[in-house]
Amino acid sequence: MTLKEIAIRNLVRRKGKAGFILAGLIIGVATVVAILSFMDAMTKDINHKLEKYGANILIVPKSENLPLTYGGLNLGGVAFAMEEIHESELDRIASIKNARNVAAVGPLVLGVVHVNTQKVLLAGVDFNAVRTLRPWWSIRGMAPDQNGILAGSEAARILGVEHDTVIPIKNQHLNLTGVLRPTGSQDDHLLFTRIETAQAILDKQGQISMAEVAALCEACPITEMVRQISEAVPGAKVMAIQQVVKGRMDTLAQFKKFSYGISGVIVLIGGLVVLVTMMGSVRERTEEIGIFRAIGFRKRHVTHIVLMEAGIISGIAGILGYLLGLGAAQMALHFFSEATATVFSINLPLALGAISMAVTVGLISSAYPAIMASQMDPNSALRTL
Amino acid sequence: MSYIVAENLVKQYGAGDAAVTAIQKMDFNIDWGEFIGVMGESGSGKSTLLSIMGAMNAPTSGRLTIDDIDIYDLSLEKMADFRREFLGFVFQSFHLIPYLTVIENVMLPLATIKMPKKDKRSKAEEALESVGLLDKKHRLPSNISGGEKERVAIARAIVNEPPILLADEPTGNLDTQTSREIMALFQTLNQQGMTIVMVTHSPECAGYAKRILNVSDGKLV
Repeated sequence: MTLKEIAIRNLVRRKGKAGFILAGLIIGVATVVAILSFMDAMTKDINHKLEKYGANILIVPKSENLPLTYGGLNLGGVAFAMEEIHESELDRIASIKNARNVAAVGPLVLGVVHVNTQKVLLAGVDFNAVRTLRPWWSIRGMAPDQNGILAGSEAARILGVEHDTVIPIKNQHLNLTGVLRPTGSQDDHLLFTRIETAQAILDKQGQISMAEVAALCEACPITEMVRQISEAVPGAKVMAIQQVVKGRMDTLAQFKKFSYGISGVIVLIGGLVVLVTMMGSVRERTEEIGIFRAIGFRKRHVTHIVLMEAGIISGIAGILGYLLGLGAAQMALHFFSEATATVFSINLPLALGAISMAVTVGLISSAYPAIMASQMDPNSALRTL
Repeated sequence: MSYIVAENLVKQYGAGDAAVTAIQKMDFNIDWGEFIGVMGESGSGKSTLLSIMGAMNAPTSGRLTIDDIDIYDLSLEKMADFRREFLGFVFQSFHLIPYLTVIENVMLPLATIKMPKKDKRSKAEEALESVGLLDKKHRLPSNISGGEKERVAIARAIVNEPPILLADEPTGNLDTQTSREIMALFQTLNQQGMTIVMVTHSPECAGYAKRILNVSDGKLV
């Protein structure tokens, strides 16, 4: 007979109380694990969606002038002496440390052209990159080939052109292969063609006006990506689109705060369940503790038994709670998200954290009942019978 | 030199006008290997005296030495060690742990001792054999009779071979025949050298003791 065996036998005998503590802790741990797993999966999902939501880094030529445009309104300032970027410089982005986090690099060449009597901004783009950089684009018709052109909705309306219209630009005749459905952005006012076509029309062979980058980087901060690209393309100015980045960070921070807050409350409630139940258990065992003390158990032996009971239940609750929490998170994800994140895989740090948390809460909450038990005067304990 | 020496023992419960004196200036000596019966009316102070001798109830004043150790000079933890090494307790209502089997109850005083499990078991079996209950070692207390429970309590009290056995009304809940069997067992233990102090109401049980201490109103008479 050892102290551990006494603790185990008592747990088996007092199944109701042990079960109540177990259930309380399992629910607590499972809820915390579910919330954290759910939030983690949702965070990844949202992060992924946000990152897919267009470019988050811009590469522009270095300029000493301030543009006088705001929200699509041009107030007269024209950035002059603007340097172009050599298209070949963008190839170096493929060699940066976090190159695998770059989802797309979209070069853009811009220039003003005349269509009939109207001045229009012509944009040469890489239509493959556009799929990632502007996933919201919806084209009535199709993306242009080398001799084709795509019109923004407003541009098509103002120019009075529609599908299959041939649009003469400089000495070329480009076939309108499609019209963009309204995007609510500056894109509505532009004509788009393939980059090489635009470069030929605008006399900017091998040059680009700017480039957009979509970086899918969860682990590294966006500023780090900006730094790496700046080093790769030293002739250009690289900047993060701050509102996208900040918005993303704020969203994640809110999610985390919420989940930690809820987890804290649940842990507190779990601790109180353990405390109250263990107090009741200790009071119920006055006789037993009196006998232990009478036959020579030291205070620390009694404390040891109570804490061992709490530790055993808490450990089991930690394991079961973790598994239950994972299952609950998986189920919740089906309801709340289209995410395909694999939360059901065993996350060792979270598993160890859950078990440690359960054991810590169990032990801390049982500390007072254990001390109370050890302080029992054996004579009083036996006299109360 | 006596083995147990009580000098001027006083025990009061409460304070001021509400104070109740349970033991009044009690002096006595008990020698090694004596079998003492403590008799008295209910409320006379005999159980209080036994709890003081059991290192579980500090006297208000006075001194109790056992084997030249001033018991109440010890720290609480040392007092626990003393109880484990020197004393065996047999309570009127047995006080067995209901969720432990007979042999596990007997092994309980050995739970805090560093000793191989096999040796603990063997000592417990020895103690059970001496009270004639080895064949019921795997039963729970709820599955044995009152007399058998008393025997288990005795086996638990003697398993670590303490020199002193303190018994509080050990036959209080038993029929006459079983009481005689228990007393015979006490006599055997005493013959083997164990000092026994037994509180009892029963003159018949007291008849097994070598010496009687009569307690009345907290005094030896």
